[in-house]
Amino acid sequence: MRCQNCKKQTATVHLTDLLKGEKHERHLCEECAVKEKITAKTHPPSINDVLNSFLMSQSVVKELGKLKCPDCGMSFVEFRSQGLLGCPNDYDVFDQALSSVIERAQDGETQHIGKSPGESADIDPIQRERLKLQRELREAVKAENYELAAELRDRLEEMHSE
Amino acid sequence: MTLDDLINSCGEWLAVGGQFSDVVISSRIRLARNLKKYPFLSKASTKQQTEIEHKLFDAITSCNFGKNAFYVDINKSDSLDRQLLVERHLISKQHAEGQGSRGVMISGNETLALMINEEDHLRIQVLRRGMNLDDAWSEINQVDTILESAVDFAYHKQFGYLTACPTNVGTGLRVSVMLHLPALRFTNEIEKVFRAAKDMKLAVRGLYGEGTDAIGDFFQVSNQTTLGQTEEEILSSFKAVVIPSIVKYEQEARQVLIKEKPAAVDDKVWRALGMLENARAISSEEVLFLLSHLRMGVVLERVKHIDLSVINELFIATQSAHLQKRYGKKLDGEERSIARADYIRDRLGRAKPSDN
Repeated sequence: MRCQNCKKQTATVHLTDLLKGEKHERHLCEECAVKEKITAKTHPPSINDVLNSFLMSQSVVKELGKLKCPDCGMSFVEFRSQGLLGCPNDYDVFDQALSSVIERAQDGETQHIGKSPGESADIDPIQRERLKLQRELREAVKAENYELAAELRDRLEEMHSE
Repeated sequence: MTLDDLINSCGEWLAVGGQFSDVVISSRIRLARNLKKYPFLSKASTKQQTEIEHKLFDAITSCNFGKNAFYVDINKSDSLDRQLLVERHLISKQHAEGQGSRGVMISGNETLALMINEEDHLRIQVLRRGMNLDDAWSEINQVDTILESAVDFAYHKQFGYLTACPTNVGTGLRVSVMLHLPALRFTNEIEKVFRAAKDMKLAVRGLYGEGTDAIGDFFQVSNQTTLGQTEEEILSSFKAVVIPSIVKYEQEARQVLIKEKPAAVDDKVWRALGMLENARAISSEEVLFLLSHLRMGVVLERVKHIDLSVINELFIATQSAHLQKRYGKKLDGEERSIARADYIRDRLGRAKPSDN
């Protein structure tokens, strides 16, 4: 069966949703499922795996090649080859490109929800709850617990409409 | 306290006891932190690296982590002292082999270590014997909060605590639980544990952490991701699911072995004891294998005259740097093997039941 999204890859993720009592079936390839945040990559790879698999088209390479932190002088290309960043500011300078590296290295996660300096409430509790539900959803799908997954998706949609 | 005092003790965290102590040797938590206004170490100048060390040293000293705490300037230490600290799990191999200004503050009972200028500016580590993550977290969280009042750590609204390597970003939290799994290894079921661990996003490593092999049935289980979960969530999966289930697996495998193959178990255990009591030259790797078997025998009460504390002490005391410190001189490989065998015979001889 082909993936309903890209219509190219073989569908390996099969999701049955219960939306307002109606059954909906979706069939996606792994890549599209990850993109839609329905599943996460199964094993968080090492930072080198992530960086090596960070295939880039020529134009992107050219674009990223220009990225250089004005504070520490670290270029994205240099980071790619050594796996270590140069200073805190790199996280902002390399923003988009780095986000996708982090997402892969951190099993799909891109938002910190833990302790913060002085424990000031940087993240609002609703946001925190939403992120928690999203993660639980991914885990439920991974564990093929579709009943729980459907329930979590409903709760997420409810939050969205609120 | 100084470094030389260390060799006569074995660190509070290696004492016997704690939850699941038949299987869990120790629990460790570490936090990675960096100073806000400085580059990470790959881009820090020699001068900046020294400034970072001074700044953190002052902050740590002002926070007063106990009167027996002591600081070791790793940059000025000789290789033997650095290796001694690695053997005691107080610094990492990377820290020992690094360059430039760096050091470690160690609490008197060795349960708290603050490494300055490892991969990140600061790595805080708390160790506990057996399974005791609650206690470890409560201490390390407190230390981190206190330090935060003295210095500003690099923090990002989206990515949390910023680290040199993006694999540590977010909480900067790494939990490692050291396990002794001889029965699962013996029954060839250890692969199952590895697979289950992988499914739960956990890494299984050897005795000395990243890049080391598992020797003598000792394994470290740790979390691989640090972002997107709260510290409590990361810890609770270890406490509620991961560790109890591995412990149960191992305990059951031990019981099955005892029931079905008592002679095979006893053979392994008593052979190990025989070798340890009689060898005249022995490598550290062989000692780990033999101590692993002997430990299983002691825990399962097949060997009753040796205390678990003696075994824990031997784990530490028979390592290369410890032996050389004890003998007060550099020993080559062959001399170390002989010194190691001598030390073990002497220590086990003292543990023997007396004749009267």
